[in-house]
Amino acid sequence: MLSEGVTLRAAIRQVLQSHRDGAATILSSLLALEDALGYIPPEGIEEVAELTHTTTNDVWGVASFYPNFRFDPPCEHTIEVCWGPTCHLLGAPAVVKEVLDALGLANEGDTPDRSITFKFNTCLGACAQAPVMALDHHLYGRLTPRAARGRVEALKGSPAHRR
Amino acid sequence: MTQAYNSLKQQALAHQRQAASRPRVRVGTALCGFAAGGKEVAEAFRQQALGLGISATVSEVGCLGLCYAEPLVDIQLPGGPRVFYGNVGPEEVRGLVDAHIRGGQPQWDRALAVIGSSFDAYATALDDLDMMQGQVRIALRNAGHNAPADLEEYIATGGYAGLDRALSGMTPQQVQEQVAASGLRGRGGAAFPTGAKWRFLTGSPGPTKYILCNCEEGDPGAFNDKGILESDPHTLVEGMVLAGYATGASDGVIFIRHGHDGPIERAKKALEDAYRAGLLGKNILGSGFSFNAEVALVGESYVSGEETALMEAVEGKRAMPRFRPPFPAAYGVWGKPSNINNIKTLAYVPEIVSRGGAWFASVGTERSKGTAILCLSGAIQRPGMMEVPMGMTLRQALEGLAGGVPGGKKLKLLQTGGPLGGVLGADQLDIPMDFDAMARAGAILGSGGIIVADESACAVDLTRLLMAFCQYESCGKCFPCRLGMTHMVEILERICRFQGAPSDLQLLEQVGASMAAGSLCGHGQLGFNPVRSALRSFGDEFKAHIEGKRCPAGVCTGEYLTPCRSRR
Repeated sequence: MLSEGVTLRAAIRQVLQSHRDGAATILSSLLALEDALGYIPPEGIEEVAELTHTTTNDVWGVASFYPNFRFDPPCEHTIEVCWGPTCHLLGAPAVVKEVLDALGLANEGDTPDRSITFKFNTCLGACAQAPVMALDHHLYGRLTPRAARGRVEALKGSPAHRR
Repeated sequence: MTQAYNSLKQQALAHQRQAASRPRVRVGTALCGFAAGGKEVAEAFRQQALGLGISATVSEVGCLGLCYAEPLVDIQLPGGPRVFYGNVGPEEVRGLVDAHIRGGQPQWDRALAVIGSSFDAYATALDDLDMMQGQVRIALRNAGHNAPADLEEYIATGGYAGLDRALSGMTPQQVQEQVAASGLRGRGGAAFPTGAKWRFLTGSPGPTKYILCNCEEGDPGAFNDKGILESDPHTLVEGMVLAGYATGASDGVIFIRHGHDGPIERAKKALEDAYRAGLLGKNILGSGFSFNAEVALVGESYVSGEETALMEAVEGKRAMPRFRPPFPAAYGVWGKPSNINNIKTLAYVPEIVSRGGAWFASVGTERSKGTAILCLSGAIQRPGMMEVPMGMTLRQALEGLAGGVPGGKKLKLLQTGGPLGGVLGADQLDIPMDFDAMARAGAILGSGGIIVADESACAVDLTRLLMAFCQYESCGKCFPCRLGMTHMVEILERICRFQGAPSDLQLLEQVGASMAAGSLCGHGQLGFNPVRSALRSFGDEFKAHIEGKRCPAGVCTGEYLTPCRSRR
């Protein structure tokens, strides 16, 4: 475990070092870590505090404010379903229900086998194609519950997504 | 003309001439095209061309605005017309490549539109499509036509001519006068005169002063900021440099929400290319003026669209609004004088400088000059993005351009200007779209998003959803907003469950008044707008839920899967 911890910390330092070219802030450092690791481990909080000359408390304050961040290792895939008003009007509630059912979930969260994370999104930006969802950041529009379920079933067991 | 610009222009024209000798395929892959499958279609064109040994240029372009026709493809053979095909699936690509590109036979029976005057007999001219009627495309002039972030194509089609004109023959003062004369008002929502805003920054001491561009488009139902970034990022870069020149600013920062990968990539590439061509950095076009610009990412936060909250996010903190004064022009990001403009506002500037403020002021109404960039979505025949003169009525845009409500249903309501905007009823369609007329009607034009609902929608349910969004996005700094939003969602949920009491409507008013009085920024101040405007047009529907214990539209079932209250 210790060696893993050391490796993780080294990886974090590397991400933060290469990110340092610009004006590094707490938020920009956290976003860089989230992009590289898919989550913010406790070591990441400590390293960002050191880099930005702030306290771990300051860093937690920012990390807990933005819903971008998760604090445990990510699942293999992410599904985001839009709940903006356009998607809502054109059938997002039925899509949400179908997707949750296909995943065996009741709300936002990870599947028990940690293969898929389900999240709501306030607007995926493709309102003209509503209802919309994103599977591993790939957008799919004009969804019916049936089409959404098909996409989700195809995602199950497919190779893990790497950004 | 500066010598440097002249040589860029010659180079760009030569490049265009050479490009025109090959067949060109444009595929819309902005967010709307992406969601419709445009990336797969573009890839199929590349594969087919490769397989058949055809040397064609496949450009992933931005958004022409005809989102209803995505994936939208147009094919142009050397010297030939541009033929548009709508709703193209990957399975059709082989046939199109074979017949149109290899065989030289445009598939007219399949064509949506054409550009090329002698071909009008074969297909509708693009400008004659209903959706294009009455459009005046200034900020969107290149959208869907040019390859985004292709600097040479931008310059070949008149790009950076405004900057060249300013740097070779106008003082900063003169640039500012043109912008003031144009009557341009901010397109981020507040509609503040841009010329006046720039004057504030000009008066602040340097040398470090910031031009910030807000692309943190959080309004559900609005996609025009991302649309411009994805379709024509150089118009923003040029607008920013002009703003910098006019106000004596040294640095520009473009803010985009983390996760919007397409807009981010295209903006970054535009900046890199502009630096390489000497259109950014030291001594721009040999004029002695220097200006730097970068892309910065902000976390997901609707309130970070508020200017001082955005500055906090830039500094890496929680996106919470600051007290004002001091105002950003005196004390902005990192304590330096700053000016913040929405991307749509800056996207107009190159054409204003190039063609003059009076030209821009000739479009639009007395107090709202220029165009409105609308995003239409929801229960509408032709959803999409359009740029129309200010003063066009909602009816013209919705029924004329966008084809009205599909399926023989009746229009019930419009939700305009983002979640804090307002709800309009079907009897308010003759309102002209300008800042003031929309505000008088109790809605706002705001960022230009218009969401259409037909008679199958429930006004109470939609109001509950809008309030759930506002509650989810409250930053939490001011308790009237933080607690008030939560309280309003609770009340609306109970009304939707048919458990509301007649006194609940009064309670909503009270909570809304406290929020308006006690919140630091627009999020709380305007937070009651959706409820107030919905009550005005759909009071009977609220009463049916409260007194009749029924939902006339049959939508409310008491089951809610929205993430409200799960955030913080």
